[in-house]
Amino acid sequence: MGSTMPLLRLGKGFLMVFLLVAVAACARTPTTGVGNLGPGEGGGSPGSQQEFLVSVGDRVFFETDSSVLTSDAQATLDAQSQWLQRYAQYRIVIEGHADERGTREYNIALGARRASAVVNYLASRGIPSDRISTVSYGKERPVAVCNDISCWSQNRRAVTVLTN
Amino acid sequence: MRLGLSGAAVLAAGGPASALVQITVTGGNFTPLPIAVPDFASSDPTFGAEVAQIVRNNLTRSGLFRLVEPSSYPQQVGAPNATPEFASWRGTGADAVVMGEADRAGGQIQSSLRLWDTTAGEQVTGKSYGTDANSWRRIAHIASDAIYSGLTGEDGYFDSRVVYIAESGPKANRIKRVAVMDQDGANNSYLTDGRMPAITPRLSPDGQTIAYMTLDGPNSSGIYLLNMGSGQSQALGRFGQMSFAPRFSPDGRRLVFSVTQGAATNLYALDLGASQPFALTSGAAIDTSPSYSPDGSRIVFESDRGGRPQIYVMAANGGGAERISFGDGSYSTPVWSPKGDLIAFTRMSGGQFSIGTMQPDGSGERILATSYHAEGPTWAPNGRVLMFFRDPGGNDGPRLYAMDIWGRNESQVPTEGFASDPAWSPLLS
Repeated sequence: MGSTMPLLRLGKGFLMVFLLVAVAACARTPTTGVGNLGPGEGGGSPGSQQEFLVSVGDRVFFETDSSVLTSDAQATLDAQSQWLQRYAQYRIVIEGHADERGTREYNIALGARRASAVVNYLASRGIPSDRISTVSYGKERPVAVCNDISCWSQNRRAVTVLTN
Repeated sequence: MRLGLSGAAVLAAGGPASALVQITVTGGNFTPLPIAVPDFASSDPTFGAEVAQIVRNNLTRSGLFRLVEPSSYPQQVGAPNATPEFASWRGTGADAVVMGEADRAGGQIQSSLRLWDTTAGEQVTGKSYGTDANSWRRIAHIASDAIYSGLTGEDGYFDSRVVYIAESGPKANRIKRVAVMDQDGANNSYLTDGRMPAITPRLSPDGQTIAYMTLDGPNSSGIYLLNMGSGQSQALGRFGQMSFAPRFSPDGRRLVFSVTQGAATNLYALDLGASQPFALTSGAAIDTSPSYSPDGSRIVFESDRGGRPQIYVMAANGGGAERISFGDGSYSTPVWSPKGDLIAFTRMSGGQFSIGTMQPDGSGERILATSYHAEGPTWAPNGRVLMFFRDPGGNDGPRLYAMDIWGRNESQVPTEGFASDPAWSPLLS
């Protein structure tokens, strides 16, 4: 890990330079959503969905059968709440998800419990609850598909989706 | 002698005599009964052969019967109005032989059969029945039920349907539709278009309504009722943040389901036609997957109030919940047998999923099938067969399987694509 740190820093430096270009481009062609900027893009313009995805992080992960927010998850949600306070035009939907190692109906409820944990945390950081709605997809919408923990851990998640 | 013409008339006086051949299934050690099923006599021989083949498939899949190979029969076509040559049937190894006939008459199909004990040389069952011509396969299922019932002394389960979720497409974006088919996989039809993913369908006792859950964003996820007559679905209503896991009461007048509010999921009941449900459970835990006892007096459900999900039984109006599952791991999706004697469940332990049964007091647990994933048992209407779904994981998808209550004779139920969440109907006749 230590040897990769300088590379990461270097990457961020490039990213900041590139942001200026991206802002200029966005002034003429407003874009929202993922994938609308070309390859090699960075964090998107300030206040954009792209910036939220890349620079803040839209999701937190959970341990098996747990809805407890890890310290990593809390750090991500701290960053989310700061960003959301700056860009108050967004409403958000918290989507709760579970991995496939549970039954369908229990996982619907587990996903809702995870979404609720995120809502409560964001509310404690000053995001008004009337900006937030929630939904659970249980195990029905995995992002990673395989039969081991490398996928299950990515699927046990709560995703903050920006809506206008 | 012609068989009686009135529908479903049982011609044999009283029940099967004790001297006659009968299957008694009480445990895992059991030899399937050898049975011969010649083609049904018909003015359309192809039709008669098709009916017989469906009967053969049903009886074989049940695990209780061993089909004697038709090529060894002394006659290829049944003669229901003649006494069989018992000695020649005994010579094939058959303990029982079915003599049937089936003919179209106008928009109807009339059929009758006699089931004979080849050793005693006596009739076990005689039955005459009819259906409309559009549902001709039911003739074979009704015949199968008569044979099953005549030889086991219990109700059959072949003349029944299964609602389920038909799945297609890649796992991360899978299309999920409500579908219905005969219990053997025939006569499939899709009931929703898949634009909104549907899960966990349940048929009302009168077969007219399917309750299911739709997963489609924060505003439209919830329980829907599908009218089988019109084909239209309607949202049940918005309760809490989300409602799911709907089940009909045995009298069909009430729906019980889960309502999520914040981190908590509790069970509620709604009298159909009323606007507001009432709470059956309260607290911060997850309570879901309810199932009524067949007499409607109790509800078995799943709760993680003690930590991991376990099975509890309470009064149908709430209160007095008692935990009945105590093994390692966790227990989910309890389903009460229509006979009332067993509760089937999904168990997760040691990184595997299992389907099992226990008695309503939690005793006598039996694990019947174990694999990477297995979930969601549903009971055949006679409480002797379980159907469930199994998903091998990865980008593969789930399929339906049936087995008897001793875990024997497991077989895949044929479906066009991936299939999950089976829910078995009551007997149609």
